[in-house]
Amino acid sequence: MNEYGVVLFHTTSSAMRAEKTLLRQGLTIKMIPTPREFSSDCGLALRFDWSQLAAVSEGLTAANVEIAGVHPWG
Amino acid sequence: MIYLDHAATSWPKPPAVIRAMADFCDHAGGNPGRSGHRLSLAAARIVYDARELLAELFGVPDPLRVIFTANATHAINLALRGLLRPGDRVVTTGIEHNAVMRPLRALEAQGVRLSVIPCAADGTLDLHEASAVITRDTRLVVMNHASNVSGTILPAAAVARLAHAAGAWFLLDAAQTAGVLPIDIQALGIDLLAFTGHKGLQGPPGIGGLAIGDSVDTALIEPLVRGGTGSRSEFEIQPEDCPDKFESGTPNGVGIAGLRAGVRWLLDHGVEAIRDHEFELTRTLHEGISNIPGVTVYGPQDAARRTATVSFTAAGRSVSEIGLRLDDEFDVLCRVGLHCAPAAHRSLGTFPGGTVRLAAGAMTTLDEIQAALAAVGHVVQS
Repeated sequence: MNEYGVVLFHTTSSAMRAEKTLLRQGLTIKMIPTPREFSSDCGLALRFDWSQLAAVSEGLTAANVEIAGVHPWG
Repeated sequence: MIYLDHAATSWPKPPAVIRAMADFCDHAGGNPGRSGHRLSLAAARIVYDARELLAELFGVPDPLRVIFTANATHAINLALRGLLRPGDRVVTTGIEHNAVMRPLRALEAQGVRLSVIPCAADGTLDLHEASAVITRDTRLVVMNHASNVSGTILPAAAVARLAHAAGAWFLLDAAQTAGVLPIDIQALGIDLLAFTGHKGLQGPPGIGGLAIGDSVDTALIEPLVRGGTGSRSEFEIQPEDCPDKFESGTPNGVGIAGLRAGVRWLLDHGVEAIRDHEFELTRTLHEGISNIPGVTVYGPQDAARRTATVSFTAAGRSVSEIGLRLDDEFDVLCRVGLHCAPAAHRSLGTFPGGTVRLAAGAMTTLDEIQAALAAVGHVVQS
């Protein structure tokens, strides 16, 4: 089981929107430089506990945050 | 000192605005969206939060469609030059600032067809005249929400309806009204809203924006400037994502931090409350100047149809002499001349001599208005 997941974005603005949305939900997340193994449009990625994948996905969908992808990581 | 030049820029700023700018430099000095370290993140959070606050203030459904620009002029240029192509027809009014007229005249020289709705001598717009000019081949209608010369408030919602009935976009220049009048882009039918940060929004100079409604496909807007955005860095083609498509280069983070604090200040105080305060100032100022013998006041009589900007001339006195004496002898600061708006002055009948403009703002007190009125009375009668 992976420890973490990362959410990738097209823009910094979307990354900031995601961070604000998920922090408001009380989830434990951290903004990190996008790991180099992922080809991403935005230099910032959102790291979360993989066990919280469902909550993260639901939160971002509900807030209409545009993302470039979600991947298991670490 | 009595500062009555709020139509040029508001002063003083709320202390929170100045603190926010210093805090940005001290604690969020990174480049937003360029790096992943904590200072870059702190800056990016402030920039994003400012977008959300502006979206809240103007009723913009998607905060990512709040594009930061240097000022309202830059935002108007982005909208006009981004959307209009040779052969398109654009309509404006006879009471516009050069921020609108100069880009339009340049576009006209490139083959855009320009029509102007004439305005009355008090700067008001007749909707029948407007509907006759806004024909079905119109691509865009651009109008200021209020004149920076006469303070005349133009009927944004009604003109937006005419534009939409003709299949055109409606671009509102809110340089004089953002933070002064309630503006909800959905309620008023505004497709594109150009605003500046340093007037009614109480922020610093050098920051403004263009809010784009969901009714405009941003793929149709050509960016004015292309370059680094911190996103899609592997490509040498400009990204299409908002706001990055229109925000190349390092943003004015300090300015955005100040603007964010200004908008917070506004939302805390309430635009309606500020409008009520300025309404009282306007009524006193307008009535007081109108009662001075030998003075002609421009714009509507009804204070409800104007902002706190009042222009006048005095028989036998040049406006520059009045302005200089108000400053030198009475510590009253105003702006005289053509106010970058020759078209407006032509409509008002004050071209090329210009007017003396007294413009109150959120920070102005009734006592200051009374003192300024006494000063004007003294200057024009002695």
